[in-house]
Amino acid sequence: MRGGASEEGVIVMQYLLSVIHEGTSMATAQEGADIDVFNDRLQEQGYWVFAGGLGVPDNATTIDNRGAETVITDGPFVETKEYLVGFWIIEAPDLDVALELATAGSKACHRKVEVRPFLSE
Amino acid sequence: MSSIDIGEAIAQVHRQEWARVVASLTRRFGDLDAAEDAAAEAFAAAVERWPTDGVPPNPGAWLTTTANHKAIDRIRRENKRDDKQREARMNDVNEPHESLGVIDDDRLRLIFTCCHPALAPQARVALTLRMVGGLTVPEIARAFLVQEDAMGRRITRAKAKIKAAGIPYRVPGPEDLPDRVAGVLSVLYLVFNEGYLASGAGTDPIRRDLTAEAVRLVRLVRSLLPTDAEVAGLLALMLLTDSRRVARLTADGALVTLADQDRSVWDAALIAEGHRLVRERLATGEAPGRYQLLAAINAVHTSARTFQDTDWSQIVALYDQLVRLEKSPIVELNRAVAVAEWDGPQVALAVVDRLEPELAAYHPFHATRADLLRRLGRGVQARVAYDRAIELSDNPAEIAHLTRQRDEIPT
Repeated sequence: MRGGASEEGVIVMQYLLSVIHEGTSMATAQEGADIDVFNDRLQEQGYWVFAGGLGVPDNATTIDNRGAETVITDGPFVETKEYLVGFWIIEAPDLDVALELATAGSKACHRKVEVRPFLSE
Repeated sequence: MSSIDIGEAIAQVHRQEWARVVASLTRRFGDLDAAEDAAAEAFAAAVERWPTDGVPPNPGAWLTTTANHKAIDRIRRENKRDDKQREARMNDVNEPHESLGVIDDDRLRLIFTCCHPALAPQARVALTLRMVGGLTVPEIARAFLVQEDAMGRRITRAKAKIKAAGIPYRVPGPEDLPDRVAGVLSVLYLVFNEGYLASGAGTDPIRRDLTAEAVRLVRLVRSLLPTDAEVAGLLALMLLTDSRRVARLTADGALVTLADQDRSVWDAALIAEGHRLVRERLATGEAPGRYQLLAAINAVHTSARTFQDTDWSQIVALYDQLVRLEKSPIVELNRAVAVAEWDGPQVALAVVDRLEPELAAYHPFHATRADLLRRLGRGVQARVAYDRAIELSDNPAEIAHLTRQRDEIPT
């Protein structure tokens, strides 16, 4: 719930924008260029916190050190057809702004984007 | 005032003031949960005190002030020392019941928050009925044939997402407004339709509580957005649909189609209001949206003295406009029903048959097809189509109607 509070400029939320990908293809040159334009916008307008692209899940290693022995597994923690291929972390006053940015981000990278708030307080 | 009068007075104030109280508290405390709880406590206080103290001269102001105090008491109890914002807002608790303009704005914010596209459609419906309509969780659960605790969880989850995900409490900007208003209207139309053609065995085929609530909420939205054409269109559509309610069921609860309805029992006052709204929209000369077109179609129906007098060319023309606006097989199907009256069942059947791939699981498709086949004297095929429609329908009045139609086919 944001409204009265954000008008006072007090509260800023952080959101994780996860880029969801299927298959093994890399971003095309056009997508790369569009992502650069989008990143510039995030930085210019003060939304940018951090962003990154990820290697394929095949190259992931999963560690489980909850028990007596550390278990090392080759591969991601869960095998799915769709996987996380990159992300943005943004600051925005509310979900409407985050959704608008995610809409532009999805267009730029030509992939699905999940918007998720960080825990506040 | 007798206790019955007081009870009635409180119920009326509840209908009029609930959304206002919740909306203004939500703005002040930035929290739907706190606003809902405090509003409920304020109404409980009214139930307790008004019978002896009398109804205050300005019940809305009394409730808002009481609810504000309840909310602050709660915050103090929960001892949220570090919440400076809330503390700050607590200091101006004695600000008067605000001018209508500001409060109306709050109710609009509340509606847009409850109908936010980031919430699941079912959650939007439940939350709107609770926060704006003031229905209790058990009432909403009964209306949608859902267990009370499941409905409670649905509403709690929606409120939690609004808070955690930062869904704003704001009227959308001009560029987003048409889409967001359309979202609000689709929630209200869903409530109305659930009431008008209730699903589920063992329910009343028409749920007056839901249709009435939907009409009330559209009237509220119209009072807040008086110049929005589609809001007016949806209100007209609901009124003109609702005007036929009494004629729509037989004494034993079977559906009566438009062709066989006793038009003398249609509600003339609702029809007059609906027609006036449609005329006002037509007079603007602006291109009509979806709800305005549906309202216009219903206006043509409710203008005809008999089914045979219906201006079918006009109805087909309106459906043509609607098809251009939203390419949907369901709209095509409804258009085909009008085509059957205008160009005959043979032409209509050809249109309907083309829709099969998309509508094979939609019972009105089979009911429409059955009716056309029956009228063309193709009894065997008609019976098969009726069977399929009956199998797919879950409205008892409709099942009764379809069964009777099927059994009347000469063998």
